[in-house]
Amino acid sequence: MSILVGKETRLLVQGLGREGSFHANRCRAYGANMVAGVHPGRAGTKFEDTVPVFESVADAVHAVKPNVGLIFVPAPAAADAVVEQVDAGIPLVICITEGIPVLDMVRVKAYLKGKKSRLLGPNCPGVITPGEKVKIGIMPGDIHRPGRVGVVSRSGTLTYEAVMQLSTLEIGQSTCVGIGGDPVNGTSFVDVLQMFEADAGTDAVVMIGEIGGTREQEAAAYIKKMKKPVIATIVGQTAPPGKRMGHAGAIITGKAGLASEKIAALKAAGARIADSPADIGRITRDVIGK
Amino acid sequence: MKLHEYQAKDLFARYGIPVPRGEVASTAAEARSVAEKLGGKVVVKAQVHAGGRGKAGGVKLVQSPADAEKAAAGMLGRNLVTHQTSAKGVPVRKVLVSETTAIATELYLAVVVDGNAAAPLVMASRAGGMNIEEVAEKHPEQIIRVAGDPVYGLWPYRARDMARELGIPPKLVRDTTALISNLYRAFVELDCTLAEVNPLVITADEKVMAVDAKITIEDDALFRHPDLAKLADPEQEDELEHRADRAGVKYVKLENGTVGCMVNGAGLAMATMDITKKAGTNPANFLDVGGSANEERIAEAFSIIVSDTDVKAVLVNIFGGILRCDIAARGVVMGAERSRSRLPIVALMRGTNAKEGREILQASSLNVTFLNDLSEAAPAVAGVLSTRGGAR
Repeated sequence: MSILVGKETRLLVQGLGREGSFHANRCRAYGANMVAGVHPGRAGTKFEDTVPVFESVADAVHAVKPNVGLIFVPAPAAADAVVEQVDAGIPLVICITEGIPVLDMVRVKAYLKGKKSRLLGPNCPGVITPGEKVKIGIMPGDIHRPGRVGVVSRSGTLTYEAVMQLSTLEIGQSTCVGIGGDPVNGTSFVDVLQMFEADAGTDAVVMIGEIGGTREQEAAAYIKKMKKPVIATIVGQTAPPGKRMGHAGAIITGKAGLASEKIAALKAAGARIADSPADIGRITRDVIGK
Repeated sequence: MKLHEYQAKDLFARYGIPVPRGEVASTAAEARSVAEKLGGKVVVKAQVHAGGRGKAGGVKLVQSPADAEKAAAGMLGRNLVTHQTSAKGVPVRKVLVSETTAIATELYLAVVVDGNAAAPLVMASRAGGMNIEEVAEKHPEQIIRVAGDPVYGLWPYRARDMARELGIPPKLVRDTTALISNLYRAFVELDCTLAEVNPLVITADEKVMAVDAKITIEDDALFRHPDLAKLADPEQEDELEHRADRAGVKYVKLENGTVGCMVNGAGLAMATMDITKKAGTNPANFLDVGGSANEERIAEAFSIIVSDTDVKAVLVNIFGGILRCDIAARGVVMGAERSRSRLPIVALMRGTNAKEGREILQASSLNVTFLNDLSEAAPAVAGVLSTRGGAR
């Protein structure tokens, strides 16, 4: 068992430029079933001589029925690509693109209301389910190992760090989900925690948050109701207020955005806190008693 | 990207938001002639990308063109130090000379994006002219919040309700409603991350007016506003931060730090800073080289880090994914050679081509301590600083 992606995943990749092509190949090498590519001007060609490429997402849906869409389209056109995938009825849209204007995302988020599609990201590494050999994103596949701990994070490379710590201690992962570092995104911590809570293949969840916004506090309110244990860490304790730490969402604009406030809320909700991001693996081992 | 007050006021005027009459001046003589045009009694305001100008002597009320010239001469060409700037301050190249306003009431008005609601949010308060963050913290009930509609915009009745709740005199409600609506429209159309009026003033002769103006444009949206991109004033930004911007690297200088941090990924970069702090040492910067960095960009990033004279050691933490460790290592060597840095380096390299990366650093003449995992970083950095600290 797993969440979001698994054996049944039929992948469409939109935006087969240099980066999109590179990562589409890495996903396939890990075991993902890529059934379609979408790239302007390349309809009728084949990606790597095997996967059909279409002019539009709707054409691809009609022909090969993909159920997960991965977006590498450059930022100025990425919001449009998300909406195109939603309109074509793709159930899970994963947007890797970084630097989408926030007001574009405000409009996309409003557009998603009442639609059947879920958006993950933007500005995220994607999702991986190691036990089913399905990688839909840009994470290095080989650091993961199959197991029963779910991982959810706002960050990319820090998630790899956490996964590496887990795998080194022989703690495998059910699914690892990056929700992205932007202030307006499609899927929240709470959404993913709910999925892990309901997933028979997940025993515990590692949650990696950061400064800015109040999404970690919302997560804390839900963690209070969860049966499965949650191990959490919040980075940005040393970040000064008012300065954007790379991610558009990582900027302290009020007290609630401080790491200390988030840690206090998560602790009060019963989450185990890894005070140092170097301790995520060790504390998870303590919690699951391995 | 921050704008100067005079630039923001030009944009306000374009959106029908009333601002005091005034003109920008680059020399004291120009300031004098603007003051003459405006009738003599004017306010001279230093144009810098920082708040707290008033208390720092960057805003002067004067009674005559001669005094305006004197005030401008005292500001132009100097650095203004406010509580929001570094100790060095920021250079004043222009002053805004404006007519004075007889103020009856000072209010606060701003538009931001509310990430949780995924919509623009209008905030207003009767506590105008004050530090709004302080008001938000101590008296959150004094801030009126009205959400915009992501598709429609700001429904006029909401702006009207806000004006009434602010206690605007009935005969000014219509003008205030228009001002709020226009500020909202400017915010959305110009892709702002902040559009702020502090204070929004009701004058003694019963007019509403934006006496100050602050606009920040979202960097990620500048591609569709080439006209606004031209308004950038890099001289106002930290020199190293500006250099990083040009190189495509995200860098934030931190005060009182000695450990330069070079990392790929924003989350891992913050984690690295936190760990440095836990070892009892202070991170000197946030730095994310980005996913698609090449050797040239890494070299420039390294050279930016060591250009900060506070830095006594560099912690390199690369988790190879899109970025390969061998490329990062070559960039570090290149950057160190170019900047002639002899600073000790503590390096953690994992992921794609980690082994090759280590070998490249090992083969170089650099003073490198290698780590196996993140938990070793803090003690290693502390150790390096205590035994070899200061070597340069």
